[in-house]
Amino acid sequence: MYVESKKGKTRELWRFHGGLHLPEKKEMSLKSPLQQAKLPQRLILPLQQHIGVQAQPQVAVGDRVLKGQSIAASAAPVSAPVHAPTSGTIVEITEHLVPHPSGLSSQCIVIEPDGDDRWCELPEPISDFRAVDSQTLRQRIRESGIVGMGGATFPSAIKLNPGKPIKTLIINGAECEPYITCDDRLMRDQAERVMNGARILQHMLQSEECLIAIEDNKSEAILAMFQELREEENIEVVRIPTLYPSGGEKQLIRILTGREVPTSGLPAQVGVICHNVATTAAIADAVIEGRPLISRIVTVTGDGISEPGNLEVPLGMLAADVIAQAGGYVESKPQQLILGGPMMGFDLRSDQVPITKGANCLLCPTIEEMPPSQPARACIRCGRCADVCPANLLPQQMYWYSRAKDLEKVQDYNLFDCIECGCCSHVCPSHIPLVQYYRYAKAESWAIEQERRESEHAKQRHDFRVSRLQRLEAERKAKLRKKKEDLKKPAADKAKDSKQGASEKDTKQAAIEAAMRRAAEKKAKQQHAPKNTENLTAEQQAKIEAVDERRKLAREEQQNEEHSS
Amino acid sequence: MEFHTSSSPHTQRINRVDKVMLQVVLALLPGIIAMTFYFGWGVLINIALAIISATAFEALIIKLRKRPVTPVLLDLSAVVTALLFAIAIPPLLPWWLVVLGMAFAIIMVKQMYGGLGYNPFNPAMAAYVLLLVSYPVEMTSWLPPFMLAEQQLNPSQILAYKFTGLLPDGVMLDAITMATPLDQMRTNLDLNRMISEIREHPLWGDFGGLGWEWVGNWFLMGGIWMVYKRTITWQIPLAFLSGLVGMATIFWLFDTEAFPFPLFHLFSGGAILGAFFIATDPVTACTTRAGQLIYGASIGALVYIIRTWGGYPDAVAFAVLLMNMAAPTIDYYTRPRTYGHGGGEA
Amino acid sequence: MIVAILTITSLAALFGLLLGYANIRFHVEGDPITDQIEKLLPQTQCGQCGFAGCRPYAEAIAGGESEINLCPPGGEATMVALADLLGRDPVPLDAETAEEKPKSIAIIKEEECIGCTLCIQACPVDAIIGAAKQMHVVITEECTGCERCLPPCPVDCILMQPIALDTGNWRWPFPQGGQEEIANSELATKAG
Repeated sequence: MYVESKKGKTRELWRFHGGLHLPEKKEMSLKSPLQQAKLPQRLILPLQQHIGVQAQPQVAVGDRVLKGQSIAASAAPVSAPVHAPTSGTIVEITEHLVPHPSGLSSQCIVIEPDGDDRWCELPEPISDFRAVDSQTLRQRIRESGIVGMGGATFPSAIKLNPGKPIKTLIINGAECEPYITCDDRLMRDQAERVMNGARILQHMLQSEECLIAIEDNKSEAILAMFQELREEENIEVVRIPTLYPSGGEKQLIRILTGREVPTSGLPAQVGVICHNVATTAAIADAVIEGRPLISRIVTVTGDGISEPGNLEVPLGMLAADVIAQAGGYVESKPQQLILGGPMMGFDLRSDQVPITKGANCLLCPTIEEMPPSQPARACIRCGRCADVCPANLLPQQMYWYSRAKDLEKVQDYNLFDCIECGCCSHVCPSHIPLVQYYRYAKAESWAIEQERRESEHAKQRHDFRVSRLQRLEAERKAKLRKKKEDLKKPAADKAKDSKQGASEKDTKQAAIEAAMRRAAEKKAKQQHAPKNTENLTAEQQAKIEAVDERRKLAREEQQNEEHSS
Repeated sequence: MEFHTSSSPHTQRINRVDKVMLQVVLALLPGIIAMTFYFGWGVLINIALAIISATAFEALIIKLRKRPVTPVLLDLSAVVTALLFAIAIPPLLPWWLVVLGMAFAIIMVKQMYGGLGYNPFNPAMAAYVLLLVSYPVEMTSWLPPFMLAEQQLNPSQILAYKFTGLLPDGVMLDAITMATPLDQMRTNLDLNRMISEIREHPLWGDFGGLGWEWVGNWFLMGGIWMVYKRTITWQIPLAFLSGLVGMATIFWLFDTEAFPFPLFHLFSGGAILGAFFIATDPVTACTTRAGQLIYGASIGALVYIIRTWGGYPDAVAFAVLLMNMAAPTIDYYTRPRTYGHGGGEA
Repeated sequence: MIVAILTITSLAALFGLLLGYANIRFHVEGDPITDQIEKLLPQTQCGQCGFAGCRPYAEAIAGGESEINLCPPGGEATMVALADLLGRDPVPLDAETAEEKPKSIAIIKEEECIGCTLCIQACPVDAIIGAAKQMHVVITEECTGCERCLPPCPVDCILMQPIALDTGNWRWPFPQGGQEEIANSELATKAG
């Protein structure tokens, strides 16, 4: 298949195995233009909004911060800093509910905005980025806290240091999941930002070509991006067929280049780097304006939302506040709130969670729109899952072994090549939650691997300890032997040279005797009475008594237990 | 506010096991009507008996296994098993053999292995083979199509025969039963007759057994409809029929008087039914698409081999059961190349 | 008669030679069985099996002196793995061993520690630091949760703290809610 990607240029496209045509449901959130979210009462900024090590807070409760100021620093090579989305006061650094499938809490910095929205002093804008080397640009991107905004949240700066020549830079504007339109909105309204970001990335990677891939159901976005193209640049806008999950990194690379990322490898190995359009736009801001990542576009949609649309939301704004600005819920008791799309997003347990860097969509469906899944039935091995699998796996076999908890066998069927796109579960006539089985099997396999590593480490430490004790013992024995020999020697030599060494011997003997006396005293002391009992305060005395009492009780208890058992 | 939570994906295509099974039942209907037309009410009585007993046994076992009964019955898998079994057996088969067959199919072959989805063998075919081996006379006493029948029984007479073994006065069993075309071909070939000679018998129609060829045609229609509806994949039926016709053509070209013509194999026995409805049972067949081709072609070849040189005139049941055994192994060696595992246009 | 005897004898000799050759030619330098067993044990060195550590227990199993169901931290998974490795029948764990404890680490209550160093001597993986009459502390990353430091402590100032669940160590649970799963769990509760 060939499509026109630039004036007078066509590109060949490939296809990946399987995939699904899903009802798009994108129009409902595209009716209204992009809106700015109003600042809420509080912003809750999780320290972990990225893959990698949690960021370290740089501020204390009570500090005043300015917009764009770094409030938590990246703590390791794979980490990302967090910046204040507005000016205000740090009121808390505490555990707060975060958007995570577990519904658990995590460390967050809570800011109370002062309403001034005053910027801090931003780093110097780099308007002529072509004059700057990629090292500097990468540092800027890293310090701006930019992570993959398509949902993967991997720190972008690391991806920009591939260590291999890159032939193709792909800007991912496929947005293949139903309902989500934030990237579409971004490309329609702010095509220039995206294009600038693409130019910066192409300059940094020195890639031969740059392909902006957009599914063909977004004709307005394609048009807007086309208009930003310049004759002399090697940037193309590629219209790809709408087929879920074409926006998956591996699938997109296949579509555009015909190449496949090797299993457990990186795209760079086939000369490709892939960045999401929102990330690309954020990179443009960071480089050209010095603006760190403090806000993002979020699609608020679903039949359960009064005024579906796209909002530019400061990071840390609660989902509940965002939904309130989109007209609130339709129903008084909404059923479900999904972060992300219907295929790969996860359910939120509460709407009191903040928007983070990777949060692209809040989806509140009505029960008619997304009825709860029916109870699972037995697999009849119809193989429909295998037909739609974009990784060309055998989901029915993987299900079989995951269910039996035979982790080795699931991995044998390439469990770790599963991208959890949900196509298999979507078509399953028995309504088996296949993806959850794979997630379980993956988590369990990782845990076992982790345990194996830990036990290996523990064994090493134990072996080391054993050998050390042996060495010490050997040394002690050697010393003892030497001492004994030393003691014997004088006795044997006594007659021979009694005169000559008498005084010397006396002092030696005296020293030994003194040492022995000391040792005996020490031993006696240890055996009989506690040390340092003089000059005790009443408080200390009480503590000791309490400890003695507890010990006595414990001993009695132990004896009782022994008797009873 | 607490939301309900589940794992992604959150949408599902309206696509259910019972719907799949219902499509199979619908696709069988034209063939069943044709069979009733040619071979009389015994076909429908068999179907009724089989469905009732299969459902009863299924309910009983599910109850004993302490599982919810209704959802299992509603998946219609027992009905499909019953239908396939009922149209494979002779219309005059005594009632207790029908019930025995269903008891074996549902209890021993299906539920003992864990129920739908876990049985390694096709229940209907296992039951058919059990009866064929144990009661060869009853299982091969077929009726002739109505055009050839000297005497026909009315429904009450059929019922009476099936339940009591008594025929109306003056009617002999030999007078109303006749060998199947496959059986006749086989017997005569064993007597060293020429094919052209054998075909002079009125049992033969345009391209297969009289009546049988049209039953086959109607099953073919149902089968093609299922492929169109994606109820089944095209791989197994196509490979099955290609395997059978391919083998038949090779030997027929070799000697047209000693080996029957290919269409005979397609339209005289259970080949069409087997290719579209029996070999395609997803539970017992291969699940990889490449494996399905091997699986189907092997069944087709086996059908030809057993029909030509084996001890029984028809062979679909034996061939399917034999390949059921091989299915997991075929699946294992025909796993598709996963994304990122070598190959591709690197 | 003689021919038959000769034939059988020569055949036996031939196959014997073949087997002998194959043994030398295809000899596999495998891990000694003790090492393989030890690899399967969790290496907590907790001694809850009644042996001094994982290595002694592995030696005991290899020598056939001990059952394979004595390892509480390993639980059922380890028992089954051992049964697989040794070709033995799985042995059910006794109630005490089977009781799955949440994974914990030792914490020393600072205000109560008297600095006696007894726990330091007991720790099999050197995860406790401190000196005589100094307050001790557990290196949490190294602690295997073996509980060997508990009995020696004269003031009972060490407690086992279960590792808290957070977004980092949370795992997707095994799916629930299918008809079969519901039926199975009902059966299990009835049986139990």
